[in-house]
Amino acid sequence: MSLPKRTFDALVIGAGGGGLRAALQLADADLKVAVVSKVFPTRSHTVAAQGGINAALGNVSPDNWHWHMYDTIKGSDYLGDQDAIEFMCRAAAQTVRELEHYGLPFSRLDNGKIYQRTFGGQSAHFGQGQAVRACAAADRTGHAMLHTLYQQNIRAKTHFFDEFYALDLVKDEEGYVLGVVALEIETGEPLLIEARTTLLATGGAARIFRTSTNALINTGDGLGMALRAGIPLQDMEFFQFHPTGIAGVGNLISEAARGEGGFLVNRHGERFMQRYAPETTDLASRDVVSRAIVTEVRAGNGCGEQGDHVWLKLDHLGADKIKSRLPGIRDLARRFAHADPIEAPIPVFPTAHYMMGGIPSNRHGQVVAPTATGPEEAVPGLYAVGECACVSVHGANRLGGNSLLDIVVFGRAAGSHMLDYLRENPYPRPIPREATELALARLARWERGGPGESIPEIREAMRKIMEDHCGVFRSSAGLREGVEKMQVLRERFSRAVLHDQSKIFNTARIEALELENMLQTALASIVSASGRHESRGAHSQVDFPVRDDKNWLKHSLYFLEGGRLDYKPVRLKPLTVESFPPVPRTY
Amino acid sequence: MRFSIYRYNPESGAKPSMQDYTLDIAPEGKMLLDAILALKDIDPTLSVRRSCREGVCGSDAMNINGQNGLACITPLADLKQPIELRPLPGLPVIRDLIVDLTQFYQQYRSIQPYLINHDPEPEIERLQSPAERAELDGAYECMLCACCSTACPSFWWNPDKFVGPAGLLQAYRFIVDSRDQATNARLDDLEDPYRLFRCHGIMNCVEVCPKGLNPTEAIGRIKSLLVDRTV
Repeated sequence: MSLPKRTFDALVIGAGGGGLRAALQLADADLKVAVVSKVFPTRSHTVAAQGGINAALGNVSPDNWHWHMYDTIKGSDYLGDQDAIEFMCRAAAQTVRELEHYGLPFSRLDNGKIYQRTFGGQSAHFGQGQAVRACAAADRTGHAMLHTLYQQNIRAKTHFFDEFYALDLVKDEEGYVLGVVALEIETGEPLLIEARTTLLATGGAARIFRTSTNALINTGDGLGMALRAGIPLQDMEFFQFHPTGIAGVGNLISEAARGEGGFLVNRHGERFMQRYAPETTDLASRDVVSRAIVTEVRAGNGCGEQGDHVWLKLDHLGADKIKSRLPGIRDLARRFAHADPIEAPIPVFPTAHYMMGGIPSNRHGQVVAPTATGPEEAVPGLYAVGECACVSVHGANRLGGNSLLDIVVFGRAAGSHMLDYLRENPYPRPIPREATELALARLARWERGGPGESIPEIREAMRKIMEDHCGVFRSSAGLREGVEKMQVLRERFSRAVLHDQSKIFNTARIEALELENMLQTALASIVSASGRHESRGAHSQVDFPVRDDKNWLKHSLYFLEGGRLDYKPVRLKPLTVESFPPVPRTY
Repeated sequence: MRFSIYRYNPESGAKPSMQDYTLDIAPEGKMLLDAILALKDIDPTLSVRRSCREGVCGSDAMNINGQNGLACITPLADLKQPIELRPLPGLPVIRDLIVDLTQFYQQYRSIQPYLINHDPEPEIERLQSPAERAELDGAYECMLCACCSTACPSFWWNPDKFVGPAGLLQAYRFIVDSRDQATNARLDDLEDPYRLFRCHGIMNCVEVCPKGLNPTEAIGRIKSLLVDRTV
């Protein structure tokens, strides 16, 4: 079958903040750049980010990128790579100011500078006091960022393929990535998009869990594409549970709520975080706060009729502060929890939120994988940034305010490195005929109707397995059982059928394709979790309750072939400063 | 609960029609989108756009019992049955509740929706007072859901010539931004019998905006700025 083809210099898959920041870098250098997105760009999940973006601007109190680096490494439970973390924290101030120059409507201080607020896990003087580091546009920072970056891409004349679903990467025999086969959702027709370099910026996958803060589109599409291209996934056992999802429904209540002075209480009205994190209390790292909430609920201290959540109290902040600084979360709480935080506490419970792991990459955004020649060789032509990538700057636990930073710092860095790559590779390589077969087979597989397994049933079963076996607290037996159940589910999936065989805007077909990616992501996550015999950051294993640096200070790598695990060392050496050696982590 | 939903698939050759559905669902605490997704699990051919499911991305705009809104933040319990769902009015329908938003997006692109400032970039942020920044409140929050423009008769008649409330609200967002230097060019571009002046102030846009924004007021302010610069 001969596919229609479009040709560009560079291709970006995903139109969230990471993809759009990289596209802007490329388009402003006068290259032909295409952005492929399964939704119109401003529907991407960056739009839902609330609280802020970290940068040591020091607008409110003295700050330093080096303190930010320390906090990020400590927050990562020492699994973060210190070269990449130094790079990100050093680049933060310039990158944030650049966003302001692009027009991002940051909230302002009286002196006209960017407003900053306190967030969890952030200190001054290497843990000696609270830092004020998260730059914010009210509590709609992600919305403001995504729209600003989309607007700048309109100015730069970036070419958008809106509502095109990327099926699989296109590679030649030597392993060069040469583009993607995408499905035009409106027509149901496949299209080959050829480019000399491709960036995966497809975001997270927390929709593999039953209760999630994530948009419905966060289905790990880039992760599935990477796995099928023979690239492993790194540190997939580390999924962050945000402490304050609205109980039952999962909508995110930003850490900004606690940063502005809100706090958690149990059914006795006790500020229980004072027991779990005496120094920082409610602003401890997210993994610490989430474990505390689950422990309180299990001890019978939960609130509500079922005793299945705790309360986030904000009413003492006053109506003015809530209306000016937290208008979006007030909206969400009123709509989804039927509680106006000006008067009543919000019921909250830890909710699947963020994937620290992902496609292994380095600080230039290059995808790196073990090959015959070395453990971290660049896959030629392929880049990955943002939540789908694992640089790793978040290690075993991400700090609030570091994800928006991650996407713009590494989106920018990847864009710059792709420019270098394009200079060094000025001519397109031929695309072998068979290179598109994988993608077209993925599509053809769903030309199967009739009796068979149901897609929605498998999806819900997967989410339940992840929630039951791979949640805030995990056990060896539970994980083993979860892996077995997930493997059975994968078998069932091979018998699944599509009941809508139409072409035009067939969202059922997209959901089937998404489910394949989610299942592969879920398996990667639960197998990696089962393999790690320690507790670190977001991975709390009750049978191995302590961190074990002697045996486990290393990144995991999950391969699709045989579900095999491998490991590689953490980069403990920063670029210019002294290393922060692992020490016990308390808040 | 009972639903009556607009169905159209161009491949079938059949004309658009309303299809009745019944769903066993307890409406308390649920949103309309929850019901639509439950229906889709039963009838996979029912097609709708959706993403954030919490009213910030603007994907699932539709006409709900005669009024435009977002399914994900419309409480199910508040709706009169049968709940009648139609695509946003005035735009070509691609399939079921999915409309072709090309003209809507083109109008947005036409207002140059990006900050224009020709000065060399300072080493730090450009300064903006809290009062100057407050001018953007009520404008920058727009999520391009198209509820407003597709509730506007002027946009129905002239979607190619009238910018529409969403695009004009964004034009205003840049006109009032103290950092933007293209105010005059932006006003010139809108000083046109169609682009701006097709707005007759009937305020349908204000009534339907899921974010509670007020495009009519912004349009009024643009008109006053045009008057101000002639006197």
